[in-house]
Amino acid sequence: MASRTGITAENVLAAGPRVPLSRGTLFLLGLLLLAVVGIGLQAASDATLFAQITLNGLSLAGLYFIVASGFTLIFGLMRVVNMAHGSFYMLGGIIAYLVQERMLNPDPTSFDLPQATLTSFLVPLIVSMFSIALLGVLIQQIFLRWNQGQELRQALITIALSIIIADQAVARFGGIAKEISVPVRKSIELPIVGMYGTMRLVLLLVAIVVGVILLLIISRTRFGMIVRAGVDDRQMVTALGVNIQKVFAGAFFLGAMLAGLAGVLGGAVNSVNKSDDGKFLLISLVIVIVGGMGSLPGAAVGAVLLGLIDSYSDVYLPDAITNYGVLLTFFLLVFVLAVRPYGLFGRPA
Amino acid sequence: MIPARLHWPVGIGVVLVAAVVPLFASSFTTSQILTRALILGLAAASLIFLASLGGWVSLAQLGLYGVAGFVVGNLAEADGGAKVFAMNIWVASLLALVVTVIIGLLIGVIASRSEGIYFLMITLAFGVIIKLLFEKATDLSGFGGINQIIQPSVLGSAQLNPERIYWLCLAICALVYVGIRYFARTPFGLAFQGIRDNTPRMRALGYNVTLLRTVAFAIGAFIAALAGVLNVWWNTQISPGTIDIGPVIFLLMIAIIGGLYRIEGAWVGALIYVLLDNRLRSVEFVGERVATALGIVFLLIVLLSPGGVMGIYESLSSRWQRSRSARGPAHDGDGTATPTVAGD
Repeated sequence: MASRTGITAENVLAAGPRVPLSRGTLFLLGLLLLAVVGIGLQAASDATLFAQITLNGLSLAGLYFIVASGFTLIFGLMRVVNMAHGSFYMLGGIIAYLVQERMLNPDPTSFDLPQATLTSFLVPLIVSMFSIALLGVLIQQIFLRWNQGQELRQALITIALSIIIADQAVARFGGIAKEISVPVRKSIELPIVGMYGTMRLVLLLVAIVVGVILLLIISRTRFGMIVRAGVDDRQMVTALGVNIQKVFAGAFFLGAMLAGLAGVLGGAVNSVNKSDDGKFLLISLVIVIVGGMGSLPGAAVGAVLLGLIDSYSDVYLPDAITNYGVLLTFFLLVFVLAVRPYGLFGRPA
Repeated sequence: MIPARLHWPVGIGVVLVAAVVPLFASSFTTSQILTRALILGLAAASLIFLASLGGWVSLAQLGLYGVAGFVVGNLAEADGGAKVFAMNIWVASLLALVVTVIIGLLIGVIASRSEGIYFLMITLAFGVIIKLLFEKATDLSGFGGINQIIQPSVLGSAQLNPERIYWLCLAICALVYVGIRYFARTPFGLAFQGIRDNTPRMRALGYNVTLLRTVAFAIGAFIAALAGVLNVWWNTQISPGTIDIGPVIFLLMIAIIGGLYRIEGAWVGALIYVLLDNRLRSVEFVGERVATALGIVFLLIVLLSPGGVMGIYESLSSRWQRSRSARGPAHDGDGTATPTVAGD
C-alpha cells in the first residue's frame, strides 16, 4: 500500500523541500525528546504513580478511539464530516441514563443512582446504542443522501443538526453532570498499580475488542471489502453493481452506534455532561487529523497519543503551566501536520 | 444586480443612511442591535473574505477574534485576567492586533497546506483549542471572564453615548469592505483567487502558493482581530463562552445567511441573525429555546438556498434582468462574485 502511493519513509525524507526536516521540526523533535526524558525521570522516581497515569491515559485513549473510529469510518467511506458526531456521543450517554433511571427507580432524595445490576446496565447500553445508530441512519437518509459529494453542504447540515440537538438536550436533561451506574465494584487491586477503577479497565478492554472487531469487519467481510473499495474508488464500486447506498447506510449505522457506545461508557466512567458534544467533536477531529482521515490504525495511534498527552500533562507538567496543557494538543497537531499534511496514516484523497 | 458604475454611489449612500440611523433609533437598538450586528458582521467578513477569494471555510476566525479580545483584556486595565500591565487601551489594542496576526500566521502556515473540508476541520480544531486554552488558563481569562475592560475615553460612556462606538464600528467596517474589494484587484488578490480556481496551474506559473495563502490567512486574522478589539471596546468584557463552539457555529451561520461569496453579505447576515436572536425570545413557543429555532433556520437555509440571502437576491435580480433585457448581456464587471464557492 505504502509503496504504491509512493509514501515511504525514504521518500518522505528524500522529498526535500516538500516535506523538510526544517529547523522548526527539529526543534519540535527536541521538545518531544525532552518530554520523553522528563516523563522517564518521573517514572523512575515513582513507578506506581507512573503506572496509574499511563493506565489512565490508555483507558482515555480507549474511549477516544471508540468515538473517533466511528467518525473516521464515516469520513473514509463517504467523505462526510459528521459534525454531529459529538452530539451522538452526548445523546448516547443521556439516553442510557434516562433508561437506567426509569429501571432503577432511584430514591428521589439521593443525587446518585443506586448500583445497577448487569441487566439494568446492559439494557440501557443496548437501547442507547441502537437508538443512536437509528438516528444516524435517519439523518443520513433524510438529510445527507441527496447531497452526496457536496462535502461542505453536508458538514453544514450536520452542524445545524448539532446545534438543535445540543439545545434540546439542555432543555430535556438539564445542565448537571450525572453518572451512569455500573454493575461492578468501584475499584480492584492490580499488581504495581494498586487499587484501580474497574470501569476504566472495562473501557480499555471494550476498546480493544471494538478495534479487533472493526479490523475483522473491514478485512474479512463483504461489507468491509466494499468499504475498502469505496474508500479508494467509489464510482468504480458502483459501476460493478454494488448497491453503495446500502453500504453508506450501514457505515452510518455502525459509526453512530460506536459514538453511542462511547457515550454510555464515558457516562459510566466519568459522567454524562451537556458540554461533551463539543469536546468529543474536537477529540474526533484531532485524532483523525493526526492519524489520517479514514484510517482505522491512524485513529488508534491518534487516540493513544492524545490520551497519553492528556493524562501525562495533567500530572507531570510543572504547576505554573499545568493550565496550559491543552497547548500540547495544539503542538501535536502542528507537528504532525507540518511533517505529514495528510496525517500519520493518511494519503491524498 | 447593481451596475458597476453605481457601486460607489450606492455604497456611500448605504453608509450615510446607516450613519444617521442612531439619531432616530433608541439607544438599545443602536447598541444591542446595530453595533452588535456591525461587529459580528466584521468578524463574518473575515470568514467570507477567505471563503470568497480563497475558497476556504475557516472556523478559526472567532477564535482569533477571541485572542484579540483576551489580549486587550489582559494588557489594559480590567477586572480579571493578568492584572499586571494596566496599559493604555490604545497600546493594548494595537498589541492585540499584532499578537493575533502572529497567531494567525502560525495557524495559516499549517492550515494553508490543506483544502476544502480538511481546512474546515483543521481550523475548527484550532478554534476549539484556543477556547479550551482560555477556559483552562484562568490566569489569562479570570474566573467568569474578564470584566470592566477600560474603554477609550473618546467613546464616552456606553449608556449615554452609544452612537459613538456605533459610528466608529461603521467607519471601520466601511474601510474593511473597501479594503477587501481593493485587495481583490491587486496582483496579490488576483493570485490568491487564481490559487482558489486552479492551484496546480498557479504553482506551475511559479507562484509560491503556500506563502500567498499564509499571508492571506493572516489578513483574515487581522480583520477578525479588528472585530475582536471592537467587541471588547463595545462590550467591556470577554469570557471563554464568547468563543465557544456554539458562537463559532453562529458566526458561520451569519456568513451562510449572507452568502459565502459576497463580502457585503456578512453584514446582511449579521443583522438578520441579531434581529432573530433578539426577537425570537419573545415568540411564545420559542421562549428559552432560541438556539433550537436558530438551528432550524440555519438548517433550512443550508437545505434550501446554499447561496444564503445574497444568493436569493442574486438569483431574483438576475431573473428580473433576464426577463427585462434580451437586448444585451448584463455584465457585473468585477471578479469577486463566484457562486461556485458556496454552492459547491
